[in-house]
Amino acid sequence: MIRSGRTLTKSAGTASYRWLATAVLRAAAVILLVMTAVFFLIRIVPGDPAKMILGEYSTPEAIARMRHTLGLDLPLWEQFVRFVKTLFTQGDTGNSIIAGTSTRELIAERAPVTLLLIGMACIAAIVIALLLATLAATQKDKLLDHLIRIFPTVTLGMPIFWVGLLLILVFSVRLRWFPVGGIGEGWAGTLHSLALPAITVAFSQIPTLIRSLRVQMLEVLESDFVVTLKAAGIPGRVILFKHVVRNAALPTLMLLGVNISYLIGGTLVVEQVFGIKGIGSLLFTSISNRDFPVIQGIALYCAIGVVIVSLLIEILSWWLDPRTKGTS
Amino acid sequence: MMSIQPLLEVEGLSLAAKPGGKILVDTISFTLNKGETLGLVGESGSGKSLTLRAVLGLLPRGVEKVGGAIQSGASSAMVFQDPRGALDPLCPVVKQLTEVVYYRQKLSRKASRAAALELLDRLGLPDSLKHTDRYPSQLSGGQCQRVVIAMALACKPGILLCDEPTTALDVTVQRQIIETISALQKELGFAMVFVTHNLAIAAAMCSKLCVMKEGRIVEQGEARALLQNPQDPYTQMLMNSVLPVPELEGSV
Amino acid sequence: MKPITIDSPTPRNGKTGALSRLWRTPSLLAGSIMLAVLVLLAVLIPLISPYDPTKQDLSAFLQPPSAEHWLGTDQLGRDLFTRLIYAARTDLTIMVLAEIIPFCVGVFLGMIAGYYGKWLDTVISLITDTFIAFPFYLIVIIVAFASGAGQRGIYITFILVGWIVFARVTRGLTASFRRQEWVASARTLGLPGVRIMLRHILPNVLPQAIVVLMTDMVGLLVAIVTLGYLGIGITPPTPDWGTMIFDGQPFITTAWWLSAVPGFAVVYTGIALSLVGDGLADLWRKK
Repeated sequence: MIRSGRTLTKSAGTASYRWLATAVLRAAAVILLVMTAVFFLIRIVPGDPAKMILGEYSTPEAIARMRHTLGLDLPLWEQFVRFVKTLFTQGDTGNSIIAGTSTRELIAERAPVTLLLIGMACIAAIVIALLLATLAATQKDKLLDHLIRIFPTVTLGMPIFWVGLLLILVFSVRLRWFPVGGIGEGWAGTLHSLALPAITVAFSQIPTLIRSLRVQMLEVLESDFVVTLKAAGIPGRVILFKHVVRNAALPTLMLLGVNISYLIGGTLVVEQVFGIKGIGSLLFTSISNRDFPVIQGIALYCAIGVVIVSLLIEILSWWLDPRTKGTS
Repeated sequence: MMSIQPLLEVEGLSLAAKPGGKILVDTISFTLNKGETLGLVGESGSGKSLTLRAVLGLLPRGVEKVGGAIQSGASSAMVFQDPRGALDPLCPVVKQLTEVVYYRQKLSRKASRAAALELLDRLGLPDSLKHTDRYPSQLSGGQCQRVVIAMALACKPGILLCDEPTTALDVTVQRQIIETISALQKELGFAMVFVTHNLAIAAAMCSKLCVMKEGRIVEQGEARALLQNPQDPYTQMLMNSVLPVPELEGSV
Repeated sequence: MKPITIDSPTPRNGKTGALSRLWRTPSLLAGSIMLAVLVLLAVLIPLISPYDPTKQDLSAFLQPPSAEHWLGTDQLGRDLFTRLIYAARTDLTIMVLAEIIPFCVGVFLGMIAGYYGKWLDTVISLITDTFIAFPFYLIVIIVAFASGAGQRGIYITFILVGWIVFARVTRGLTASFRRQEWVASARTLGLPGVRIMLRHILPNVLPQAIVVLMTDMVGLLVAIVTLGYLGIGITPPTPDWGTMIFDGQPFITTAWWLSAVPGFAVVYTGIALSLVGDGLADLWRKK
């Protein structure tokens, strides 16, 4: 079982609410740590940010001025206070060095496409993984099962950008089913042009999902309640789709919650392959411009997003699973 | 009580594990007549539960029938040892029961639900179950077992297979469940195969007994006769392992 | 209902040597052979190929595969096969070296957290939760960029983030061992914690950690290649699979193999390492 370490008490309802409170508190603590980490992210690695922004051959005066604008000339604790202050007053990591606008605005502008892409990828991953795992589990030890079991081993080592390239080569260049890159017009165009990138992102999650889902399904298929239903003469397809898949879907959701961070990271890279102007491309532009506040902002928002999404998924599966509610 | 044509006839049944072919149940035979209760007793791992699954026609994965025949003149339904495990944890119990009625008795959805509620009533489950969606985890073990029995009854079985239906329950509930099953049997007249390792229950419930050890039936016969005068050393050992049950001699 | 235990086929007598165990674990055997072939090629490439991996020959650019150039040439006329194997040298060396420190640190911290529990465990697990909150590629990209492109950046990145996986696995295992009776009895005998951890827990935790190491190396290799592709990993002209895929991308319609072949090399290595990992897991489970 891919449950988190916390065991939920079956008895009193209050205990599960205590669990909820602990989960929320823990998430809050992690968010605070994430903020601190973002502050130190730029400072622990060797190299002077000011020098990196201006280049190897800039004058010492220019570097000193840049250090001042970035606040790097202040003592570390004061820098941190300033960082936290902007965080809570402005809700971001300061203004972009290049654009001058706040990082929050810059990120908000690019976020919709990325979020849509992530959402589509999640749906694609769950649907494909459920489908393949169901096929594998019901055909256990037959040819199809073996093929699906080999699938994760083969795909584990596939770089996500490379998968994207191959998909472009096959579906866009050869078959012309999808555009090669960019975003189409209108809702239909947008969805159409995001389909291939979404499948690419989903592809990186599917091996892990299939692996655990197949085991999960086999376990459910062997459980007493499936025997009870079979013995009661309920048709196989009803048992499979109404009972087995539902029971296996919950842990899948949990697993996807655990992996959401990888999924977001993959999305940033895949945007680059398909030329999508989302958070990923903002990140790479900022990297080539040495725009530190924006880089920090992206890191911050992504990490907070991960913490919140995994918390929500944990709560959602807790809410969906009657076993956690206790007798009343 | 004896009829000429038995309801269930197991003839030389052998079961084996698939890879390696280790014999798990070794050429066992028994018959069951209408309205009769046959007890399978023995320690865990002796093949009692597997025998039941074979009669049910749903062997666990990795086990196969390698010999013998099972002839059954009636449909069978099963009651499991772990009632909570025998119910889908994500499906409200009333819905599960309704589903069984719907597919088994070919009624309309609405009629199925009514029939399901009636069954729950008959098994003495509280009314609160009917109004709100209760999940197995919200029921006590005994309540779950009653739901499982209701599901088995919804199949209108000629033979009810009981796999240690009380072992996982609290002692106080065990008796209620046993009495419920007995009462239902009197009313509906189904035959039973009752697996247990509790000799007191076996004595109370069963008219015939088969003592199993390591996949073989070491002794079988009329329940009372067998328990009063065990022939096989293994049966004697089983008898000696429990505290004497005083009612055994005098009762019905 | 008791689970049905199915005895494994009777163990063969006599042969218990490492070699015979290798034979009985086909995935381990296959993976090892695949890895050996790759390593052998990488070591012997100067003897096999007459070409220089970095020397350009613009008169022979973008040639399709032929007897002379087994996999054709790239846009600068360099032999693709030669570059592919030299890239294996670069990438595999970094992959192995960059895993050493994270592996040791992760196993160490995980054992301490799992063994001593309490506040130390809380602190370490909060730290791992924080690191995990950052999408892996995001943190890799930022740290690699901030510490400068090239191999140094890759090493720094993986020392920073690589230990978490091992810490998580060993923490869980150690905590479960700690609850077992033999550890409790060793503790009542007055053995110091360090000794119990080294003599009793480490040997039990290590196999699992090594299995995880195999899959993690696949992830690391993919990350190295991704950084190369994004232009913040290994810098040209050093051959690397990631930069090779990037260089081939403009020619995807005319010479698709330029990008496809280095990708297959990554996949090949990934399969080999996964097979070794699965095989080792099988082997240790049987014991």
